[in-house]
Amino acid sequence: MSTTPRHLQLSLRQRDARTALLFVAPAVIIILLVTLQPILTTLYLSFFESQLGRFSVNVFRGLGNYIDMLKSAVFWSTIRRTLHFTLFSVGLELVLGIAVAQLIASHPPGWKFLRTSLIIPWAVPTIVTGMMWGWIYNADYGALNGLLSQLGLIKEYVPWLIRPTRAMNLAILADVWHTVPFVALILQAALATLPQEMEEAAAVDGANAWQRFWLIRIPLLRPAIMVAMVIRTVEAFRVFDIIYVMTGGGPAFGTVTISYLTYLETFKYGHIGNGSALSFLISIFSFALALIYIRLLYRQEDSH
Amino acid sequence: MSKKTTCVLAFLLVASVLLAACAPAAATTAPVAQGPVTVRILLMQQAGPTPDENNAIAAEFNKLNPDIQVVIDYVAYDALHDKIVTSMSANPPTYDAFLMDDGWYGEFQKAGYLLDVTDRITQVMKDGVFKSAWGVTTVGDKLYGLPYFLDTKYFFYNEELLKQAGFNEPPKTWEEMMNMAKVIKEKGIAEYPVVWSWAQREAAICDWVVLLTGNGGSMMDANGQPAFNNDKGVETLTWMVQSIDDGLSNPSSVTNIEDNVVSVMQQGKAVFALNWIYMENAVGFNETDSKVIGKIKIALMPVFASAAAAGLESTSINGSMGMSIAAQSQHPDETWAFIAYLASEDVMNRYSANLLPFWETSFTGDKLAALEALAPVNAVTVPAFLMQFPYAVTRPHLPYYQEASLALQLALQEALTHVKTPQQALDEAAAKWVELGK
Amino acid sequence: MSRKKTLTRALLFLLTIPVLLFVFMPVAWLVISSISTKAELLSIPIHWIPQHPTLSNYTNILTPGTATSEVAKSFKVVMRNSFLVATSVTALCLLVGSLAAYALARIRFPFRKGLLLGILGTRMIPEVSLVIPLYIIATRLKLYDTPWILIATYLSFALPFAIWIIASFFESVPVEMEEAALMDGCSRLRILFNIVIPISAPGLVSTAIFIFLMSWDEFFYALIFTSTIAAKTMPVAIAEFVGRYSTDITAMMAGGVFAALPPVLLSLIFQRYIVTGMTAGAVKG
Repeated sequence: MSTTPRHLQLSLRQRDARTALLFVAPAVIIILLVTLQPILTTLYLSFFESQLGRFSVNVFRGLGNYIDMLKSAVFWSTIRRTLHFTLFSVGLELVLGIAVAQLIASHPPGWKFLRTSLIIPWAVPTIVTGMMWGWIYNADYGALNGLLSQLGLIKEYVPWLIRPTRAMNLAILADVWHTVPFVALILQAALATLPQEMEEAAAVDGANAWQRFWLIRIPLLRPAIMVAMVIRTVEAFRVFDIIYVMTGGGPAFGTVTISYLTYLETFKYGHIGNGSALSFLISIFSFALALIYIRLLYRQEDSH
Repeated sequence: MSKKTTCVLAFLLVASVLLAACAPAAATTAPVAQGPVTVRILLMQQAGPTPDENNAIAAEFNKLNPDIQVVIDYVAYDALHDKIVTSMSANPPTYDAFLMDDGWYGEFQKAGYLLDVTDRITQVMKDGVFKSAWGVTTVGDKLYGLPYFLDTKYFFYNEELLKQAGFNEPPKTWEEMMNMAKVIKEKGIAEYPVVWSWAQREAAICDWVVLLTGNGGSMMDANGQPAFNNDKGVETLTWMVQSIDDGLSNPSSVTNIEDNVVSVMQQGKAVFALNWIYMENAVGFNETDSKVIGKIKIALMPVFASAAAAGLESTSINGSMGMSIAAQSQHPDETWAFIAYLASEDVMNRYSANLLPFWETSFTGDKLAALEALAPVNAVTVPAFLMQFPYAVTRPHLPYYQEASLALQLALQEALTHVKTPQQALDEAAAKWVELGK
Repeated sequence: MSRKKTLTRALLFLLTIPVLLFVFMPVAWLVISSISTKAELLSIPIHWIPQHPTLSNYTNILTPGTATSEVAKSFKVVMRNSFLVATSVTALCLLVGSLAAYALARIRFPFRKGLLLGILGTRMIPEVSLVIPLYIIATRLKLYDTPWILIATYLSFALPFAIWIIASFFESVPVEMEEAALMDGCSRLRILFNIVIPISAPGLVSTAIFIFLMSWDEFFYALIFTSTIAAKTMPVAIAEFVGRYSTDITAMMAGGVFAALPPVLLSLIFQRYIVTGMTAGAVKG
């Protein structure tokens, strides 16, 4: 029998909670220092017109930077471009991902090799991907030109990256190459765990392969598809590295995405205030997307 | 409930303290340290004196000034601008001195990054350095650094192919060159006799300035307003577009950067090209890659006939870089001491294998002979530099130069690809410049 | 019936070919370019198979002569830096992340939901934006151009990610085992290390690989926070093959292959774990 008064005994739950707080403490401290503090500083800077190196000459602007950004034509055209990138990139990844996942799940000869090879584009570092595809698209000596002209599809070498929209689409292609494996492998794993009974019953009822695919398998895959889509959408919206390496935002701003615009404002034009405001606009949007993901996840949990 | 609220409030308090503690602080002037001082310099990779050479210079300096330790960092050119900008957010700045590109002077001066060194320039320097070099580091009427890499664009031509076409002398005007090009093309000697670097990069602006000023035009007028869209400008751009349409300028020019021009020349596919001095080594001395060793010569940059008639001899673009000191550096005197040492005539002469000195006096008499003998390529590059550099024109040092240049690059591209007429494109760029200038 | 099956199998096999081509062709071209001479790379028509294949691009990087660029000379050191940073970040994330993930996954405590949301939220801000504030911290603490600053800044995006993934692995450990251990009076720490971690070991391996690849891959922070070979990592070194006017294309290709080898090899060896990791949080149960 315990001798301490009842009201001083810590319940198991409270002791547990204390342990939990101790467990999360190291992580929280690190995150406070390297993530939260910079975020708060960026937030702080977004309310001023600041010039790097001259912090003593700050002009408080309240929401001025945010309003300026929301009023600027460059901002909206950049949003348009970013959405274009995101939609096409994620869309292509989804379609190709489902197709490849299904292909693997059908176990054709060599499917194991196929699944293993898929990892390679994903594992190649982004900078190497950007550089490699930049070289493939090279106007004078690139492999794309070489291939197409040897196949007789083009008569002269094409300067691929010279037109803004085309450059954007080619950047999308490079990005898709790099990230389709991610989607394909997730969906393939999900396919492997699908219950067979529904499809078998449908087959007995006379449904053909296509019908089984569209009406049963895809709906069952919905949770996995949703998850892959949201993860990739948030990442695609924030794309930066591959643009920096492959096109540097050009030509004619054609591949400037919202993260790249933040880079331009902060580093090239020196408007930290604007850059910080942009960052927060991006964060808010990404966070909203992420919340959708959480909602979906919990909804999925409930429905199981 | 209130316990939770207390916790949340405590958390926010901690957070705001953290924020305040680490928030960017105003620049403070620290007391000048006595004793050994470390000076940190940022230089560019892959151009100019090698790290070994720079370290040797730093060691020499250290012997003469035991209290000053010089540390040198190197970055790729593409990262140089961003590195300098980020270093300014530290207090004191990470780098006491750094190499900078001509186009950044307006921007950095306005941002307050650069130390005004007008009063530190000695009379010796004023007298001895090439007059056209100072334009690089001048903003307004003050000097913000020492010109360091001096470079300009040169007019290269393939003498052998030119002779094949029946011409013994290089052209003196652009019109003459195009006439020669027509003949070369007709004779089948080269499909596209001229090649340029008109990609949507700063390279295009460099070529543009050469051609524009060669036509008697200019980027800005006396009131500081853009002047490149006047009829001289439109005429020049129309000429550029026409040369591609006529098949005399290589169509790849529209996507070429300097590197591509080198390749085309090395393969013997072009007869005329503009480029920086580094091309000489690539086309004339690189036996692995060049098919035209010994065939490429440099001539004085042509101008347009009407400008020549008005007395213009030649023109070119000043593509130099400058060595500047951070305004908030804690050791400006020591840093200046090293920069001045680095740029002193004696040091520059001794380490000129990869970097030509900026002293006019280095190019006279025995010193000239020594310079030319230092490396085989110098025998060509040194006389070429002496011939062309005095005509180098500097681009405008606007605080908003990055954005302005982008607008003009876009305009040139749009005209070259027939998306807009030259007048339209240039007018829009000029309007953008006016807007940025407000 | 079996004829139809053979036909289907043949058709499926044919379909794998475009996929394999899509995957391999770019990489194959990278490798081919890396063993070509500059002259061959710049030839028209294109040389799919180099006529004079050479390993000199690689030897220039590994055993540089005086003719090699400065960048190439320091490549070995740079690879070492990348390894150092990536393994440190991975180790820290696993250790600190496991502790936090366990608490978040299994224990009910005040602020749990808020913390989860907060950790997720920190991932939302673009990395570009954090550079200046982090730079200020780095210089204040005199960590600029050291591997430590990279480790610290990488934690900013790796740790939340690690916590999130590890938590989902922990959640799939059967809770009954832990409850039984709790009844027996085991401390949470003991449960974590003796039960939960061993069971979710494959998941932890996945996470480790992910974090390693993320750190190896990171480019922009490394570009800004490092300047000498004291701390420079591989992506920065590759970017430096691009000079002011000219690009050392063959060195860049060889460098690219080098840079890609560790992550690709790692991924191929541990592919099973990667797939598991990818599906963590995506497919429950």
